[in-house]
Amino acid sequence: MTPPDRLPGSGIPASRMGFGMSSPGRNAAGRGEPEENGDEEQTLPPDAEVDLAKDRAETGIDEVFNALDNDLVGLAPVKGRIREIAALLLVDRARARFGVSTSRPNLHMNFTGSPGTGKTTVAMRMADMLYRLGYLRRGHLVSVTRDDLVGQYVGHTAPKTKEVLKRAMGGVLFIDEAYYLYREDNERDYGQESIEILLQVMENQREDLVVILAGYKDRMDAFFAANPGMSSRIAHHIDFPNYTLDELEDISKLMVRAEGYCLNPEAEKTLREYLQRRKDQPRFANARSVRNAIERARLRQASRLMATDHSVGKAELITLIPEDFLGSRVFAETNGETPIE
Amino acid sequence: MHITQGTFSFLPELTDEEITKQIQYALDNGWPCSVEFTDDPHPRNTYWEMWGLPMFDLSDAAGVLGEVNECRKAKPEHYIRLNAYNPNYGKQTIALSFIVQRPSDEPGFRLERTESNDRVIRYTLHPYAADKPHGQRYNGQQ
Repeated sequence: MTPPDRLPGSGIPASRMGFGMSSPGRNAAGRGEPEENGDEEQTLPPDAEVDLAKDRAETGIDEVFNALDNDLVGLAPVKGRIREIAALLLVDRARARFGVSTSRPNLHMNFTGSPGTGKTTVAMRMADMLYRLGYLRRGHLVSVTRDDLVGQYVGHTAPKTKEVLKRAMGGVLFIDEAYYLYREDNERDYGQESIEILLQVMENQREDLVVILAGYKDRMDAFFAANPGMSSRIAHHIDFPNYTLDELEDISKLMVRAEGYCLNPEAEKTLREYLQRRKDQPRFANARSVRNAIERARLRQASRLMATDHSVGKAELITLIPEDFLGSRVFAETNGETPIE
Repeated sequence: MHITQGTFSFLPELTDEEITKQIQYALDNGWPCSVEFTDDPHPRNTYWEMWGLPMFDLSDAAGVLGEVNECRKAKPEHYIRLNAYNPNYGKQTIALSFIVQRPSDEPGFRLERTESNDRVIRYTLHPYAADKPHGQRYNGQQ
């Protein structure tokens, strides 16, 4: 790495560098004038006005909002909070241009809700949105669970947690099932160590990453009761409501279309009844259950088509009919057994 | 004596901001970074001690700079360098390597002449710091 001809050069004092030659290192190192943020360096006069709508258009944030509205059914409280956060960040940017100093808002979040209500999906959208608004530098999402953070023996946890934090720098750290980090029945559990490191980073390196915790409502409440420091460091506690029957129907239609299928009118009715019945059964996982139902309907459709002795056309290949759903155990009258996910 | 080696050896010391930009450049190219330190300044000393494992799967420079700062805290009077490894097939080598910390006082090298056969003189460099045992060089700091 150090070629021999460099040796005499080791004696050159640093002051002798730069004989007017343009070295590639100069540009790569970004020395000289700061190219980016060039216009933000100048403070606007107090009587100037900024066009917030234009700022908003420049960030491309509307694309994220449109995608949110189109791809995610329901979730009104969640979308409302996301819009509030976006507005705050946009206003903060405008304020900064007038030279009004603002402390960096705390954007650590906690998503609670039943399974399949879209917590992970929203977290991904959130990372994208925060990146577009300039709050995050990279905007990637690192999704982890207890296994990735907590070690198996003494001294194993800290390096593991720190490595995950390093990977998440500049983006969003999404901790799924975060309540597993704390085991109240074992006070020597290594999870506590992991929580302490997390807290420290959440407090001191707010500009480097956003931490999003996710989990079921009741368990997260118990988790925060045991770790009050964690609760107070999270500014946004967002609850994801369960989907209503109509919303589930919309979701199923979106999914069917995304998979390149369509439902005939009778199948739509059957699907609605399926959802109605499935909703009241145990282990219902909202959108995830809907996806599974459609996957199984595809299986049944495929075997139905294979069983026919005539040739099939495109219409038959893409259409799901009531029989594909009626085969489900949900429609079996014996309600004693629970459906398989 | 100001010892230089690696990339940017002809430039003045990089500031933390500039180091961050270099790290980000490396990460954007998909080069994992690692931090190494030594108190043996000989130019042929290629194998420095590793400060932790190389950092894979990072996307932002803040994590690497954090490790650099940890190493600076633990080894305030050592040479510390940052390596970026290009893992692409056909390269698989260090693509970028530069010093991010040096001891406050660098005594430099003396030239040693060795008489060899037939009055041939062989020259070698001997770092003054290496006269002291490992770990006691540079103000006795670990």
